[in-house]
This record gives sequence, C-alpha cells and structure tokens, in this order.
Amino acid sequence: MAELFEQLKSVATSGGKLTGWQSFFVKFYQAFIEADRWKQYLGGVGRTLWVTAMALVIGVILGLIVAVVRTAHDQQRPGHRNAVLSIVNFIFKIYTTVIRGTPMMVQLLIMGFVIFASSKNFALVGALTLGINSGAYVSEIIRGGLMAVDSGQMEAGRSLGMNYTDTMRFIIVPQAVKAILPALGNEFIMLLKDTSLISVIGGKELLYAARGIVSRTYEAMYPFLGTAAIYLVLVMIFTWLLGKFERRLRQSDRR
Amino acid sequence: MIDVKDLRKSFGDHEVLKGINEHIYKGEKVVVIGASGSGKSTFLRCLNLLEQPTSGVITMEGQQITDPKTDINKLRQKMGMVFQHFNLFPNMTIRRNITLAPVRTGLMKQAEADERAMQLLKRVGLPDKADAYPGQLSGGQKQRIAIARALAMNPDVMLFDEPTSALDPEMVGEVLQIMKELAEDGMTMVVVTHEMGFAREVASRVLFMDDGVIAEQNEPGAFFANPQNPRLRDFLSKVL
Repeated sequence: MAELFEQLKSVATSGGKLTGWQSFFVKFYQAFIEADRWKQYLGGVGRTLWVTAMALVIGVILGLIVAVVRTAHDQQRPGHRNAVLSIVNFIFKIYTTVIRGTPMMVQLLIMGFVIFASSKNFALVGALTLGINSGAYVSEIIRGGLMAVDSGQMEAGRSLGMNYTDTMRFIIVPQAVKAILPALGNEFIMLLKDTSLISVIGGKELLYAARGIVSRTYEAMYPFLGTAAIYLVLVMIFTWLLGKFERRLRQSDRR
Repeated sequence: MIDVKDLRKSFGDHEVLKGINEHIYKGEKVVVIGASGSGKSTFLRCLNLLEQPTSGVITMEGQQITDPKTDINKLRQKMGMVFQHFNLFPNMTIRRNITLAPVRTGLMKQAEADERAMQLLKRVGLPDKADAYPGQLSGGQKQRIAIARALAMNPDVMLFDEPTSALDPEMVGEVLQIMKELAEDGMTMVVVTHEMGFAREVASRVLFMDDGVIAEQNEPGAFFANPQNPRLRDFLSKVL
C-alpha cells in the first residue's frame, strides 16, 4: 500500500493526472496513514478524554458546592440568616453570572494568555477552564433538581429532629440525583465536544492533532472529517453508556 | 406541657393566625377542627416551627421554642409529626425510613433502632413490610408507617396534620384505629382533622378555629351537642 502511495504521489507531483479513486486514496493515506499519523489522532483522543474527565470532576464538584450553598442560603429560616453563608452565596452568584455571561472561547483565551500566561501545561489550564465553566451550568442543574424534590420531604426530615445537613444528604440529594441525571449527561456531552476549543490555547487534543496534520499536508478535508467522525463516535458511545446507567437507576427505583 | 401565648402568623399581608392563646396538658388529646383556611394547619405547624411565627411565644416544658437560641432539632425530636401526604422517603426501605432519624440524631445504635422499628411495625400491623419501599404500599399503609416513623423517636407529643384527608375512604379506618390505640396508651396528641367521629370518640378537648382564632372549645360531648358560636353551629351543620 505504501508503494502504491509513493507511486501515485510521484505521478501527482510530476504533473500527471489521477483518477478520482486514486486521488481519494492519496489524500486519505496522507491524512491518516503516512508517517503513522493515526497515532496522532489516537493521542489526541486520549488527551481529549483526559481533559473531559478532569473538567467533569471539577465541574461536578464545583457545581455541587455552589448548588448546595445557594439552596441552603435560600432555605434559611427568616431571622436566622447566616452572615458567612450570605457572603459565600453572593460570591457564587457572581461566579455563575460571569461564567454564564461570557463566551467559553473568551474565558479560555483569558485563562491561557492572561491568568496562566506563564504555564506551559496547556491541557491542564484548558481542563481547569472547562471545569470552571461547566461548574456554573452544573450548579444550576443541581439547584433545579434540589428544588424539584417535594418540600414535604425536607419537612419530614426536619420534623424528626434531623439537622439540615443530614436531611439534605440522606433524603433530598439522593432523590435529586435521579431527576438531574439526563440533564447532567447532556452537560457531559457538551463538555466532551467543547474540549476541542482548548486547541486555541495550545492544548494538544484531537482537533489540535488534526490541525497539525492539515498544516503539514495542505489538505483539510480528510483530517477534519475524520475528527468529526471520531467525536461523533465518542458521543454515541457515551450516550449509550448513559442510557444504560439511567436504566439501571430506574430499575432500583421502585416507586 | 405546651404553652402558646399570643401566637400570630402572617404570610405577606395575609394574617392567618390572629393571636392564639392555648395550653396543652400532658396526656391530653386535643382535636382541632375548622373550615379550610381557618389557620388550623398553620397553628399545628407553628408548634414545631415548620412555620416560623411572626410573633408570640411557644414554650414546651419550660423551654421556649420560639427563642432563636433554642436547639430546634432537639425539641423536634420530642414532637412527632404526621403529615397529610405521609412524606415517607421514597428512596429508602420502610426499615430505613423508620431508623434513619433515631440513628442519625444519636438516639439509638442501628441494631437498637432496627429492633425498635420491628416493634413499631408490629404495632401498626405491618411487620412484613420492613424491606418494602414506600411506593409499594397503599395510602393507608403509608400513613401507618409514617406514624411508626414518628414514634421511633419516642416523642412526648404527637402532632397530626389532617392524617386521613389524602386517603381513600376505605383506608381511613385503619389509620384512625392506630391513632385511637395511641391515644389509649396515654400519648399527648394534637390532631387537626375533619373526622368528627374521631373527635367525638377520642378527644379530651375539641378546638374550633375560625378566621385565625380559637373561636370555641369544649369537651367533645358538650362541644357537639351544644355549640355556642354561630359559626361553629353553621360549620357543624355542614359536616355532620
């Protein structure tokens, strides 16, 4: 196959004409096989998945903290306002407003070229930015889930003498999780695709690899189509996994 | 045991409780009746601070419930509450529904609480449901479990907020039966209900609430036979 490629390539460079199939073969070979380029895609996928996982963990932890603090703040008894809680709540409100109010790309550029301008670990900076961004959305998803649990559940827990934290932990949060799982899965898929943005600050993920290959071969179509196909397959796999997970949760749900 | 002084509660501009003075003695079974919107549920929910009173003082055995410095969780452990809509925890088994609070509040160890749960389940006639989930039970069964759950904390007083109003008619009897047995055991009870038969049979005192105040109260015989307040007469003529 390699010989056929070399032969056709020399025909093309010396001004000869290739048939449609031959030209497809040359470009495809160049995009994926020549110089073991598929390894670059594979490495890109690995980095993409790593960034997604990092961002997801940061996003969920951040989102959970913000959501719980904001819900706790809203559920304080009148006359029992906690000053610390009010301050933290205010800070978190600013956080969600700023993050949701500015484009992700701008956030990445600021993080990459202003705040962490001296850092060379672009993928980590990218993952951090994505995580912080995702946290703002996840917090609203979780907050919605917490508020959707029937208020009688909180009353029942509290009327038994349990404190707020225990009631949240054992009664409210477990019920909210089931309700927010589809929305959280959606957020996860968005996150996976948004990792492609970190190539603008030099994060070496899948799209970065594809762009490198494009600049080497002067041929954009196959590397980018290939990248799109890889993202599609990844998302399909995760959608399938999420569906399985949700079905498992519903099985244990004997309501 | 519970003393209420000039209790007022407003939701926004709407004043629901307009100054309630009442004393509930140990062992009493107080039944509160009244039209919907008269404030009887709000009154009950103020007793364990599920509603924060706008003004007024509530004390329980010398401890001021309405004082912001009071540990409300400790006080609530002494007051069991049963809700109209049961409010069982759908994400856990019946056993865990009953044992969660005693264990988490440090009242009992898990083994102890499990044993107590089985005792209570026998008492409400559902010993075989320990490992079931709330969703698998009928309304009447759920409410009996809710009573068992409240009793697991060994409360000094039980508050019932329309415990039979959300039930199918054929299930009302089983819940009232449990409540009756509880009353016979000497539990102090405050019951908001529309079940006049229960009030007549079990109550040591019946309160009629109207427009945010206690308009009339008496022992059940005289209360039903010889109502004084015209609003109460009107109310009774409609429900009896």
